[in-house]
Amino acid sequence: MALKIIESCVNCWACEPVCPSTAIYEAKPHFLIDPKRCSECEGDHANPQCASICPIEGAIVNSLGEPMNPPGSLTGIPPEKMAEAMAEMQAR
Amino acid sequence: MMELKVLGQAQQAENPKGGCSAGSCGSTDDQLSHLPEAIREKVHNHPCYSEEAHHYFARMHVAVAPACNIQCHYCNRKYDCANESRPGVVSELLTPDQAVKKTMAVAANIPQMTVLGIAGPGDPLANPERTFATFRMLSEQAPDIKLCVSTNGLALPAAVDELARHNIDHVTITINCVDPEIGAKIYPWVFWNNRRVKGKKGARILIEQQQKGLEMLVARGILVKVNSVMIPGVNDEHLKEVSRIVKQKGAFLHNVMPLIAEAEHGTFYGVMGQRGPKPSELQALQDACAGDMNMMRHCRQCRADAVGLLGEDRGAEFTLDKIEQMDIDYGAAMQKRARVHAAIAEELAAKQVAKPAEHPVQPKGISDKSYRPVLMAVATQGGGVINQHFGHAKEFLVYEVGMGGVRFIGHRKTDLYCEGGDTCGDGESVLARNIRALEGCEVVLCSKIGFEPWGQLEEAGIQPNGEHAMEPIEDAVMAVYKEMIEDGRLDEGAAGQAKATA
Repeated sequence: MALKIIESCVNCWACEPVCPSTAIYEAKPHFLIDPKRCSECEGDHANPQCASICPIEGAIVNSLGEPMNPPGSLTGIPPEKMAEAMAEMQAR
Repeated sequence: MMELKVLGQAQQAENPKGGCSAGSCGSTDDQLSHLPEAIREKVHNHPCYSEEAHHYFARMHVAVAPACNIQCHYCNRKYDCANESRPGVVSELLTPDQAVKKTMAVAANIPQMTVLGIAGPGDPLANPERTFATFRMLSEQAPDIKLCVSTNGLALPAAVDELARHNIDHVTITINCVDPEIGAKIYPWVFWNNRRVKGKKGARILIEQQQKGLEMLVARGILVKVNSVMIPGVNDEHLKEVSRIVKQKGAFLHNVMPLIAEAEHGTFYGVMGQRGPKPSELQALQDACAGDMNMMRHCRQCRADAVGLLGEDRGAEFTLDKIEQMDIDYGAAMQKRARVHAAIAEELAAKQVAKPAEHPVQPKGISDKSYRPVLMAVATQGGGVINQHFGHAKEFLVYEVGMGGVRFIGHRKTDLYCEGGDTCGDGESVLARNIRALEGCEVVLCSKIGFEPWGQLEEAGIQPNGEHAMEPIEDAVMAVYKEMIEDGRLDEGAAGQAKATA
C-alpha cells in the first residue's frame, strides 16, 4: 500500500517536508515516493499528507492508479463547469 | 499670480485638488519622507523603499524555501522559466549553507548590497527550518546585512517569536482580502493542521492568521509592510478596506501591485483569462488607498532570486559553481562595505540639500484659471534627471503635473515581465508594448528618441519630448506643463487626453 507521484508533478517541493515517513525524495524528472516507506500516513494523520498539500490535480495516485485529487477537486471548478467559469472570469 | 510647486513632504497637506491631499504619496525621490523618523531610520537604505535609494543600494533574494502551504490563483508552482521576471520565479534552489555563502559573496563583491530577503518561490514560513537556519547564520556571520522576509501569513503567528530573535528588518505579508467570500475566489485551498481546507473555510483561516500575525509583529515593534495583488473584478474595490484595516493595525506601508496573468505563465488566472489591471486602474486604486495608508509606488515586482540594484539582475555572476570558487574575507569586506555605505549616505544627503524646495511657474496672462493635471512619463537611468533614450527604457517613471505641483505616481514597465522577445506571448512589437504601457500619459520625456517611435507616439496621442535631456525631472515636467498651458492645450475643449490604447 503506497501512493505514487506521476509525471504531471511540477517539482514544487510542497510534499517533501510534510511526509511523516520521509518517504518522498527529490529525483529527475520529478519527485518520487519510496513505496517501501510510504504508509499512506496511516497511524500518523487522518489524510495522506502529500495528497493534502499537492497543488496539481492528478499528480499523486493511489495503489489502484486512481488520482487522489481528481479533476476539479483543487480548483473547485468541476470540468463540466469550466467553460462557464472561464466566461465569468473573462467578463471581469 | 499662479504658483506651481513641487510637492515636498510638508506641502502635500495643503494641496486641495491635486489628488494628493493625504500626505502619503511621497515626494518624487523619497517615498518615505512622510514616515516617522524611527521608521525612516530603519529603512532609508533599503532599495525597495526609495525611488532614489534604489539607484545606490542593492538587495538580493535567496531561494531557500521552496514549499508552500496555500494555493493562490495567480501563482504557478512550476517555477523554472529563465525568461521570466516576476515574483515567485527562481531557477536555482539553495540549501541554507549555499544561501549564506552566496549572500556573503554578493555582499563582498557588490558592497552596495544592504538587504537580503527570503521570499519564495514557496512560503518562507512554510519552510521554517531552512529559512531560520539561513537567518541564524547570516545574523552571526554578516551582521551588517539587513534581513527581511515575505510571507502569505498562514504560518506567521507560530513564527513570530523566532522572527523577533533575528536581525529581521521588516516582514512583508501578502494580504489580498479580509473577507472570506472574496478570499475563496483567490485562494482555492490552504493546508492547515495537516488537512487541506478548501473554499471559504480555508480563506477564513488564512485571513485570521494573517491578521493575527500582523498584530503580533506590530506589538513586538517589527515593521510590517503589506503587499496586495489587485485583481480586477475580484478584490479591486475591497482593497480599499484592506488598506484601511492594515493601517489601523499598524502596518507602515501598503504596496498594491497589479495582477500578472499572462496565459503563458500557466497560472490559473492566466489560463482562465482573468485580466490584470490597466495602469490607470492601478493608479486610481493606489490614489484611493492613499487616503488611509502610506502607499508604495515603485515596486518592480522583481524575481525572487534577483541580485543587484532594482531593475537589474546580476544573478548570473553568482551561480553555485562560481561562488564555490570565491574566497571571501568577510571581515575585510565589511570594512569596505561600511566605507561605501557612508559615501552613499553622504552623496544622498548632499543631494537632499541641493534640491530646490519649489519650482514656481508663472505663465503669462493667465492668473486666475485652473487647469487639469497631466500625466507625463520620463525615461531616466537615475540621478533624478532625464537621461535615457526612449528606445533603451525598460520602464518609465510617471508623474502627475498639476496646479498643485509635481507628484510621483509610479513606474510603468515596458518589457511586461517577460524577456523572451517576440517568441514569447502574443508577438506584439516592443514599440507597441511601450506605447500601451504609457496609457493615460500625454507626454513622454526622454534624452533622445528615434523618428519612427516619435510618429507612432504622436499618433497614439502621446507627445514625445527630447528637449529636456539632463535636466532635473521635476523642473522639466513643470516646464512642459507650463508650455501646455501657454499653448492653450489644457483649455477646455482642446484636444483631450491621450487616446485610450487598451
